[in-house]
Amino acid sequence: MPERKPRTLFDKIWDAHVVETLPDGTALLYIDLHLTHEVTTPQAFDGLRAAGRRVRRPDATLAVVDHNIATDESRRTGITDPESRLQVETLERNVREFGVPYIPLLDERQGIVHVIGPELGRSLPGMTIVCGDSHTSTHGAMGALAFGIGTSEVEHVLATQTLLQKPARNMRVLVEGNLAFGCTAKDIILAIIGRIGTAGGTGHVIEYAGDAIRALDMAGRMTVCNMSIEAGARAGMIAPDETTFEYIRRTPLGPKGEAFERALAWWRTLPSDPGARFDREVRLAAHEIAPQVTWGTNPEAVLPITGTVPDPEEEPDEAKRAQMRRMLEYMGLTPGQRLTDLKVDVVFIGSCTNSRIEDIRAAAAIVKGRKVAEGVRAMVVPGSGLVKKQAEAEGLDRILREAGFEWREAGCSMCLGMNPDKLRPGQRSASTSNRNFEGRQGPGGRTHLVSPAMAAAAAIAGHFVDVRDYQPREALA
Amino acid sequence: MKPFTTLTGIAAPLPRANVDTDQIIPARFLKAITRAGFGRHLFANFRYREDGSENPDFVLNQEPYRRAEILIAFENFGCGSSREHAPWALLDFGIRCVIAPSFADIFHNNCFKNGILPVKLPREVCERLMEDARMGGNARLTVDLERQVVVRPNGEEIPFEVDPLRRHLLLNGLDDIGQTLQHAAAIDAFEAKQRAAQPWLYA
Ligand code: SF4
Repeated sequence: MPERKPRTLFDKIWDAHVVETLPDGTALLYIDLHLTHEVTTPQAFDGLRAAGRRVRRPDATLAVVDHNIATDESRRTGITDPESRLQVETLERNVREFGVPYIPLLDERQGIVHVIGPELGRSLPGMTIVCGDSHTSTHGAMGALAFGIGTSEVEHVLATQTLLQKPARNMRVLVEGNLAFGCTAKDIILAIIGRIGTAGGTGHVIEYAGDAIRALDMAGRMTVCNMSIEAGARAGMIAPDETTFEYIRRTPLGPKGEAFERALAWWRTLPSDPGARFDREVRLAAHEIAPQVTWGTNPEAVLPITGTVPDPEEEPDEAKRAQMRRMLEYMGLTPGQRLTDLKVDVVFIGSCTNSRIEDIRAAAAIVKGRKVAEGVRAMVVPGSGLVKKQAEAEGLDRILREAGFEWREAGCSMCLGMNPDKLRPGQRSASTSNRNFEGRQGPGGRTHLVSPAMAAAAAIAGHFVDVRDYQPREALA
Repeated sequence: MKPFTTLTGIAAPLPRANVDTDQIIPARFLKAITRAGFGRHLFANFRYREDGSENPDFVLNQEPYRRAEILIAFENFGCGSSREHAPWALLDFGIRCVIAPSFADIFHNNCFKNGILPVKLPREVCERLMEDARMGGNARLTVDLERQVVVRPNGEEIPFEVDPLRRHLLLNGLDDIGQTLQHAAAIDAFEAKQRAAQPWLYA
């Protein structure tokens, strides 16, 4: 019998989910898990209703509210914004009517859809996972094929549990060696996007590999995969290993006992075969990655914290030069300014990129015994109610509150300027989220993307600082 | 999805190129929770003045074009954002066919998903059809998908091309979902196999 061609992690998951291949090469791909939230689903459920269709696999579907909701106490007394309330009530009506499992706003497991999937043990290796949300790529950290879809496709998955998809190309990003002191998963992914650009992954699924990726905990791996979409990739993924399996063992809804052992046997077959072919490969040396800060209005406009604001006049390409000028104007920056001289008005630690317990521990380690600088609004928004509970059990909320941070309820919060948490025009933020687009955190807001440690240090100093100089060494123990 | 076989109706002339989806429906109207009702906001920036009153100069505010079912425009119709709200708005207004020399890719796909037929015809043909449309209520066009022809008021027939699979879906009123459900047996078989091999994926 001929040797089977070596396959990548992506190839293996893809092959295992093709229901049928249509004559033009399009695959009917089976979807194992469909996560849903209040913003991109109302029209999809409407479509089902109009056609008299049902949700094919409610047991493979999970709904939660995260985008639109307030992250303060007001959520307990009812949502005040009428449009947000209607979207949430609509989701609640739909999940009841169609029998979809739902985590309500006041449930302690409520949280950002991309935090709760892995945390609850619903997102597992080898799965195909979709959600009407581009940051579905996060779940690729579990060793799954996970990607965002549009509203018609949401309806398609609800009705058929499948999607019509053309295969993607394989790309591997190898991050070799060890991360230096004070550097994190966020710095890895920002450095990767800085290197390959916001369209660098177009048409590809990225597999992240190498020692520095292997060394990351699950939270770090989710941070990396989360921002794959910011590199233009269809999805990002990391091969499952002992770190993954240990994580799943501790989840409430992951397979247990014999089912776990059976699953484990299949999960162990998933990593890319030696000699598997990637259409494209990129290598980074982990020890060369410094703490990163974005200076512009897309995640590719990023520099090490030791850098200075670039000068558009030094950019030879006319179109790029014009774009840089626009970015500097919007961001209120002058060429040559040191990034460490930029004062911040708001510090936001949260979002599906960086709101897990590990992120909050990293922030608390920096601020312990210190105070938020005068005039800075600093907030920590846990990614889920369970993260919040864990942080409180560890006393992290006390450390953060005593330093002057707001300690809030779980949700997307200031990541996207759709709920009450917004930047005001002209305000500069150090944010652990994933998009620094114009107006993303509120009209006129100026976002700088950083790691949780960098954000926490900026809150204390009142301006960006190199966390490597700032971090007490013992905090890393 | 409503099948599209033959449509005879009033055609509205919109002699513009690069009509983008932001023009078709501005972003501020995307907060609604249903697919219905976007017709009110179709071309909102053209149709309404700042005080909210109708702009009588815009074609869709004029008789008989308020009842238009066909829209004729120029190159690159539907460019810009991928919002599916654009075809939703056209459909809700009553437009089921757009005729133009070229379409933006995503919009073109989205039309088929929503029972709208985009017809590609050369610029000079579109100009002639636009003349027909300007004749008003007596100048109905017929778009016959079965025979793949547009019939002018003078009886002249203009053939057009359309992807055979998509034509099949439209003629039969099958959306992607309807199409996929024809593979229901294969999906059932896949699930049976997967359930046996990976029971932890099933509740
Ligand atoms: S936290 Fe931000 S990026 Fe993540 S799902 Fe919410 S809005 Fe989207």
